[in-house]
Amino acid sequence: MQSTLSLSLSSPSSIPRSDRAIVAGNGSSIVPRSLRLCGLRKEAFGLQSSNAVVRIVAPSKPRRVNKVSASLSSNGSPPKFDYDLIIIGAGVGGHGAALHAVEKGLKTAIIEGDVVGGTCVNRGCVPSKALLAVSGRMRELQNEHHMKAFGLQVAAAGYDRQAVADHANNLASKIRSNLTNSMKALGVDILTGVGTILGPQKVKYGTDNVITAKDIIIATGSVPSVPKGIEVDGKTVITSDHALKLEFVPDWIAIVGSGYIGLEFSDVYTALGSEVTFVEALDQLMPGFDPEIGKLAQRVLINPRKIDFHTGVFASKITPAKDGRPVTIELVDAKTKELKDTLEVDAALIATGRAPHTKGLGLENINVETQRGFVPVDEHMRVIDAKGKLVPHLYCIGDANGKMMLAHAASAQGISVVEQVSGKDHVLNHLSIPAACFTHPEISMVGLTEPQAREKAEKEGFEVSVAKTSFKANTKALAENEGEGLAKLIYRPDNGEILGVHIFGLHAADLIHEASNAIAMGNRIQDIKFAVHAHPTLSEVLDELFKSAKVKGNISSGVGEAVAV
Amino acid sequence: MAHLFNSTLTSSSPSLRRFSTVSKPSLNPITTTRRKMRIQAKIREIFMPALSSTMTEGKIVSWIRSEGDKLSKGESVVVVESDKADMDVETFYDGYLAVIMVEEGGVASVGSAIALLAETEAEIADAKSKASNSSPISTAPPPKSDPPPALADLAPSPAVATTPAAAVVVASAVHPASEGGRRIVASPYAKKLAKDLSVDLSGVVGSGPMGRVVAKDVEAAAMTVATAATTAPTVGAAKPAPVPGIELGSVVPFTTMQSAVSRNMLESLAVPTFRVGYTINTDALDALYKKIKSKGVTMTALLAKATALALVKHPIVSSSCKDGKSFTYNSSINIAVAVAIDGGLITPVLQDADKVDIYSLSRKWKELVDKARAKQLQPHEYNTGTFTLSNLGMFGVDRFDAILPPGTGAIMAVGASQPTVVATKDGRIGMKSQMQVNVTADHRIIYGADLASFLQTLAKIIEDPKDLTL
Repeated sequence: MQSTLSLSLSSPSSIPRSDRAIVAGNGSSIVPRSLRLCGLRKEAFGLQSSNAVVRIVAPSKPRRVNKVSASLSSNGSPPKFDYDLIIIGAGVGGHGAALHAVEKGLKTAIIEGDVVGGTCVNRGCVPSKALLAVSGRMRELQNEHHMKAFGLQVAAAGYDRQAVADHANNLASKIRSNLTNSMKALGVDILTGVGTILGPQKVKYGTDNVITAKDIIIATGSVPSVPKGIEVDGKTVITSDHALKLEFVPDWIAIVGSGYIGLEFSDVYTALGSEVTFVEALDQLMPGFDPEIGKLAQRVLINPRKIDFHTGVFASKITPAKDGRPVTIELVDAKTKELKDTLEVDAALIATGRAPHTKGLGLENINVETQRGFVPVDEHMRVIDAKGKLVPHLYCIGDANGKMMLAHAASAQGISVVEQVSGKDHVLNHLSIPAACFTHPEISMVGLTEPQAREKAEKEGFEVSVAKTSFKANTKALAENEGEGLAKLIYRPDNGEILGVHIFGLHAADLIHEASNAIAMGNRIQDIKFAVHAHPTLSEVLDELFKSAKVKGNISSGVGEAVAV
Repeated sequence: MAHLFNSTLTSSSPSLRRFSTVSKPSLNPITTTRRKMRIQAKIREIFMPALSSTMTEGKIVSWIRSEGDKLSKGESVVVVESDKADMDVETFYDGYLAVIMVEEGGVASVGSAIALLAETEAEIADAKSKASNSSPISTAPPPKSDPPPALADLAPSPAVATTPAAAVVVASAVHPASEGGRRIVASPYAKKLAKDLSVDLSGVVGSGPMGRVVAKDVEAAAMTVATAATTAPTVGAAKPAPVPGIELGSVVPFTTMQSAVSRNMLESLAVPTFRVGYTINTDALDALYKKIKSKGVTMTALLAKATALALVKHPIVSSSCKDGKSFTYNSSINIAVAVAIDGGLITPVLQDADKVDIYSLSRKWKELVDKARAKQLQPHEYNTGTFTLSNLGMFGVDRFDAILPPGTGAIMAVGASQPTVVATKDGRIGMKSQMQVNVTADHRIIYGADLASFLQTLAKIIEDPKDLTL
């Protein structure tokens, strides 16, 4: 504490550490100074845990009241609009935007045609984490070798499917009510009904309620995409929506798509005793992950488990189980389109990605044409119409714009939009948004993959270096008997810029934020390598990683020196 | 195959192998730590290096280069995972990566070959045939082959003996699936287990939904068909030394071969079999044998040839039923002949016995028997039979009955040929040499009439054996 204080005195320019320390103690006074950081951080908390939501809400409440009244009185002129901001869609993106809008003193309404919380809370990240929490424990308990290594003796582990399903469901409803309450407490109007844009700054919700707003944010999210030829019956051929209800645990399930959704479900199903067959259209499993991480992950998450896979094939036709016949899946070669194989399985999970949910939004009323369903936007999330012109006062965030289909990305985009409508220029750096896959162990990443970085380097003419550290060398990981893992740093050796960080290992999803924050704040390796990590913690994996990087020039910013003193 | 070994490997290998086993414990850093290539004539083997002092086996993480690639000295070829780390393994020589013998994800013990490196492009084919004919070069003790019986009894160390099985599977698991073009529905774990346990899935009866092969089926079938055969050549290793005296009253645990046989026998109970016997006059055959014996022709070869020729006319008897729902007309007639070896039983296979001439067949048989005694049969030399012959005639057994080996359609038990007093049709009594044969067959696919007509054909061929020498 002492050092923190002296630091903030000696260098008043924003130092992340000191800022954070002060925010904790005395929230409101410091908020405007580092809004970007605080906004992002708060949202991240809001997503993760219900307690955190409450914590954030409390200090900002009195402030809101002051500011709203202030803005009302200072406006003077009669309000032209019903609201300052209308958000269509109360998912995580809309929620994040609404919270921040209130903080900025905007009169805000949020329209929800289904349930508050959207995909993430009801049919995505949240219930799946409940299932993964179960699968992680099952996996551990079933791993006799692992238990023995601890000296533990455990009788055969079993599970009650319904209770597991209930856990997921309960978690979703808990988070949903947290979300709803947080918005209600802040004075956000929650309007129920399907929202449709009637014209500029005008929205209809429900059957015939028309309201106006100065600015509108589209945050309608996405639904699971199902390729044609696949018949989803919700019982044996399912999407993630159904799978999260865990209505049955098939002996053998084919998972179409080996991205993070497919991977997470493979983790759940194999832990609960299913055998899994992956069907992947690309030539490699886990496309989208850094190839090296993908390879290692395959060795840990796929090969030793009851999983096999077909790559380079499309599931051209999937017929649900009927009259005692199993689910049949026809596989065609992705290139030649020839029928290659037919699978007969007990169930099939379609995890081929997600499609934007933008139908019925009334986009035609403002002359906006979607691109494969996505709402076209510029880097400020401003909606672009069919003629390529910006539609004034209309923004689109989250899965509906397809820029980065992650809950926290949507929320960050929403905050960025609110910053703009309240008069600040703000562009979100998507390269600083982390992503995580909650398998056991977890995979996380931020920024570029190595091939992407090398491509960029070639184009822009700089050098790329890679540093790696292993979890095998980390005390905490070894104490947990979880030494399997790798952290990888992709950086510029000339100036120490972090281009990407990829982690595969115990609690990787929690570890990535040190890297993503560094990217967001523009910290260089030569600076953060002086930051101290508690010993023994998993965070030392990243400590090691940064320390093992070799930056050529000793360009260092003031922060590094200050901390070193 | 044996000659291949002899010509290309034996000259240099025996000493090298000994060298490597010696150097492993002593950790000679130069030869064993990073990478090892041994110089042979032209085709070199790439060995699993010892990457750490505690490493006994390594896992192939990935092949950086693929078959047919030109490699130059110092280039990384393969990534190997040891108990400690992943390391790139470089080549010491220029050449072409001819054959990858241990696929990605496969495990090989330190010092065993994981790939072949050809010096020129022209030799790639040589290397390939070498690898495919003798997949477990890596492991088996082929270098010791040339002075057969004496050295063969020097049992390979257990560590070496176990890995061949794994290596064999990797290699052979690719092919059987195409057999008959039949699709095998097996769950992912069943497939994994099958790979680990060296079980050929096409021979496993599925008990899952719609006849799907699931893990427990593989476990049940585990090591029956495949292992019975696989372990056979290495059985000597499991059994320390032939003990002259048997300790009475002692309980002896099964050797690997014995347990494999035991499982195999139990599995055979699942197949409904029946038996048909026949008595065949062998005077003509004996005469023929006498005539061509000097040319190296053996009675076993003659019987195998006769059987094969009869099978040509009755393909159903050489077919096999593996799932209880369909059966396969096997594309070639391969006669397996049971041979008792020290500590068990093995069935070397005379491939295409109907097509190969009797002299080549006899030579082949001699070679197989030598190899069997030396425990050096390759898997395809003992597990590809489509019809089995078992002959106890040399012990004076006049008739017996055999148990059908799972995965095949029929087996024929051959008794001794004995002079017998026979009444002939013209009312006379005379002396004829006769032998009794008794065929056990899978009644799901082969019926009484099939066997009867097959035996009739066989008798005709044996009683008028001129076709045998064609």
